[in-house]
Amino acid sequence: MSKSLVPLTARRFALAAMCMTLPVFASALKTDTARSSITATFRQMNVPVDAKFGRFAAQISYDDAKPEAAKASVDIDIASFDLGDPDYNKEVLKNEWFNAARFPKASFVSTQIKPAAAGKLDVAGKLTIKGKTADVRFPLTLKKKGNADVFEGTLPIKRLTYNVGEGEWKDTGMVADDVVIKFHIVTRH
Amino acid sequence: MHSSGDRYTLPAIALHWLMALAIVATFLLGLSMTGMPGLSPTKLKYFSWHKWMGVTVLGLACLRLLWRLTHQAPAYPGTMAAWQRTAAHGVHGSLYLLIFAVPLSGYFFSLAAGVPVVYLGVLPLPAFIAPDPHWKAILRETHYVLNMVLLGAVCVHVLAALKHLLIDRDGLFRRMLP
Repeated sequence: MSKSLVPLTARRFALAAMCMTLPVFASALKTDTARSSITATFRQMNVPVDAKFGRFAAQISYDDAKPEAAKASVDIDIASFDLGDPDYNKEVLKNEWFNAARFPKASFVSTQIKPAAAGKLDVAGKLTIKGKTADVRFPLTLKKKGNADVFEGTLPIKRLTYNVGEGEWKDTGMVADDVVIKFHIVTRH
Repeated sequence: MHSSGDRYTLPAIALHWLMALAIVATFLLGLSMTGMPGLSPTKLKYFSWHKWMGVTVLGLACLRLLWRLTHQAPAYPGTMAAWQRTAAHGVHGSLYLLIFAVPLSGYFFSLAAGVPVVYLGVLPLPAFIAPDPHWKAILRETHYVLNMVLLGAVCVHVLAALKHLLIDRDGLFRRMLP
């Protein structure tokens, strides 16, 4: 009796804790990292090159009933940037490009999410790369697949807004200023 | 088939020397750019130029093959030994093969590396294969080895031509002189 009392109390505590936190996280979605992706496409002498961010964390709260209450934030581990070549991956972490030692994370935090056309959301937020924050706005597509929600979108940015590519790399004739960030975030309820 | 007497036709001569120049330049640029450390705008520029030049060589190779299939090469001097004719055919055949194989291996290496070729920065060329790290490593090695074979074949070709010009003095060299 005295032995089972402690676990029982612990279980009760756990249950109580779950009940208290459940309403808060009711609309928080669990990101399926393995099936999600964030890529950046840039142009080097007009050649499109895709690079992938291998590690990121996305938090999305979304409820169909209250889309305007939706919130999204994404943290990207800059060191996980993969151009497909280990040597170049090291190069772009240096000061002139990402300065990953000083700015290890890039982040996006939504400020406003509004429902747009069917299956679309209009997202506004703040994008921070290399310590520089800028306002961005982009359309987001929401697709339902079983119990998974797929948030997809394309966000065109200018790399020089964020000082990505300093010194001789400021020359946009070599690497274009326009960079397209594509994301595909899969979440589960 | 056109028979062109003791000299190559003017288009064949023009193609030969144009290709010789383009191949040497592309080869040297390839060697120097891969030796550059790190990442710099100059290095990336050289990579693009190297690819454009390689595609140019491939285009010229197609014209060259087309010419060769519709024309007969001038006859060898009667004084040439049978083994020399066989050797010459062998080296010429290898060179024809390599002027296709070398640029193509580089082209596919670039595709496997995830960097498609945009000719002269204007014309996107087809990406026949998707980026693949496994194939990237294989094609990189293939491109290098084929280049070394090409270097060897070109050396034999040039030395043999010089032997005909300076030692045999059999008029063979004149076949390809502008």
